[in-house]
Amino acid sequence: MSVEIKNLSHTYSEGSPFEFKALKDINITIEDGSFIGIIGHTGSGKSTLIQHLNGLLTPTSGTVLVDGKNIFESKKAELIQLRHHIGLVFQYPEHQLFEETVQKDVAFGPKNQGLSDDEIDQRVRQSIKMVGLDFDEIKDKSPFELSGGQMRRVAIAGVLAMEPSVLILDEPTAGLDPRGREEILAQIKSLHSQKQITVILVSHSMEDIGKMVDKILVMNEGEVIFFDTPNHVFTEITTLESIGLAVPEVTYLMRRLKEKYPEIREDIFTVEAAKKEILKVIRGS
Amino acid sequence: MLKDVTIGQYYPTGSVIHKLDPRTKILFTTAFVVMLFFLNNLWGYLATFVILVTITLLSKIPVGYIIRGIKGLVLIIMLTVVLNLFMTPGTTVATVGPLTVTLEGLKVATYMALRLIFLVIGTSIMTLTTSPIDLTDGMEWCMRFVPFVRRYAHELAMMMSIALRFIPTLMEETERIMKAQKARGANFETGNIISRAKNLIPILIPLFISAFRRADELATAMEARCYRGGENRTRMKQLTFEFRDGTSLVLMVMMIVGLYLTTMIQIPLIFPV
Repeated sequence: MSVEIKNLSHTYSEGSPFEFKALKDINITIEDGSFIGIIGHTGSGKSTLIQHLNGLLTPTSGTVLVDGKNIFESKKAELIQLRHHIGLVFQYPEHQLFEETVQKDVAFGPKNQGLSDDEIDQRVRQSIKMVGLDFDEIKDKSPFELSGGQMRRVAIAGVLAMEPSVLILDEPTAGLDPRGREEILAQIKSLHSQKQITVILVSHSMEDIGKMVDKILVMNEGEVIFFDTPNHVFTEITTLESIGLAVPEVTYLMRRLKEKYPEIREDIFTVEAAKKEILKVIRGS
Repeated sequence: MLKDVTIGQYYPTGSVIHKLDPRTKILFTTAFVVMLFFLNNLWGYLATFVILVTITLLSKIPVGYIIRGIKGLVLIIMLTVVLNLFMTPGTTVATVGPLTVTLEGLKVATYMALRLIFLVIGTSIMTLTTSPIDLTDGMEWCMRFVPFVRRYAHELAMMMSIALRFIPTLMEETERIMKAQKARGANFETGNIISRAKNLIPILIPLFISAFRRADELATAMEARCYRGGENRTRMKQLTFEFRDGTSLVLMVMMIVGLYLTTMIQIPLIFPV
């Protein structure tokens, strides 16, 4: 599914003293099957933006086209249908768990889609496996007796079980330990390559985003600053720093190295690529 | 949607009314509410209306904002009006099918509707112009004069300020959870009453859990800062009674007395006395 955002603006509490312009005239197109990272400071409008993509928020002006269709012109029932295809994992999704068992909780989404029991069961098994948990071991546990990381996975499985064609994740790794973070990101990555779905990942971490995504959307104060490939975005160090962001540590290292070795490339943001490039330069000279 | 609830909200404008001592405002509002039930003719309601308009203008709060607060009560007001209109015995003015509208019914219905509306407006002006902290400080002071309650004045005030503090937080939380469940295909908008009530479970359970978690965290944080109740506790911000509070108190007493005096007017306005 392709998603086109056109002249989108959103103002909270319009006309009251608490009025806040969260989004200002956003225009971007997200192609089918791409992997997009959204990055920006707290309050830059990331969460507001993604809530427009499945019609949870209605824009103050502008619109969102999904497969060429304006979602804000559709009926309520169609909007509910749309949410089956655009899966949104909120920040701290473990706070939405409510069922007695993990199995029932993950089944909530597919049940709302009106699937058959067999189909639901199969999807629940599949999605629990996809987030790296053991179905037989966990299915009858209460979601509230799990550890924080497991709860997070169960909650993500709850959205995956709906088999969305667009998956949006709002800081899925916030508050997790480094290992949990790595694992969840790796699972998202493999999900994207296996199922060819569109993934939109909101994150604070340039390191996480840099090595995974096709394109990065940098936001600041409700505006799009960059929407480009990581290589291009990470060369704009001054602009990024001026809006309170930074490039990955390794990019800074490459920049310092360039002062000594002018032939070295500086548009590098993963350790592996840096290693290759450094070796190349050393061997070359 | 939930953000439209204005009752209990604070709307800062820095006006004269905002700067008044919360104790003065609480006392006046209490007297005002009691007075509303004494009024027995339209002159009194006219006077109340003038007083409310003046205070609203002084407070610089947009009129629309205050009126929004009544919207939620339209159903209750309508119900009161309809019941009083048809159920009061007296001289018949009109008949609608088996029901009769009496002159007395018309009078009682009008009074009740005005009373309810003024009650809501009067009290919401107080909460709109007083920050929650000021409000509970004022309440704590007022409770000192109530026997039995006096001993627990501080605890009650603390509970109240915590409750007020968490209203917006829990509302935000509700909205967030609702959105999260909607994103999982939950449907809160259609269906019959039973299925709608059942649909609330995915909201209520996470909300309860988060409320308990927050309460627990807050209690720990308070204990970590050595909170141990009201005894010998001093405040950073003392309530001070200033010149404008004196003036306003005199004005307020005059208004209440004025309202009381209207009950003695014998000249009818629209309705016979």
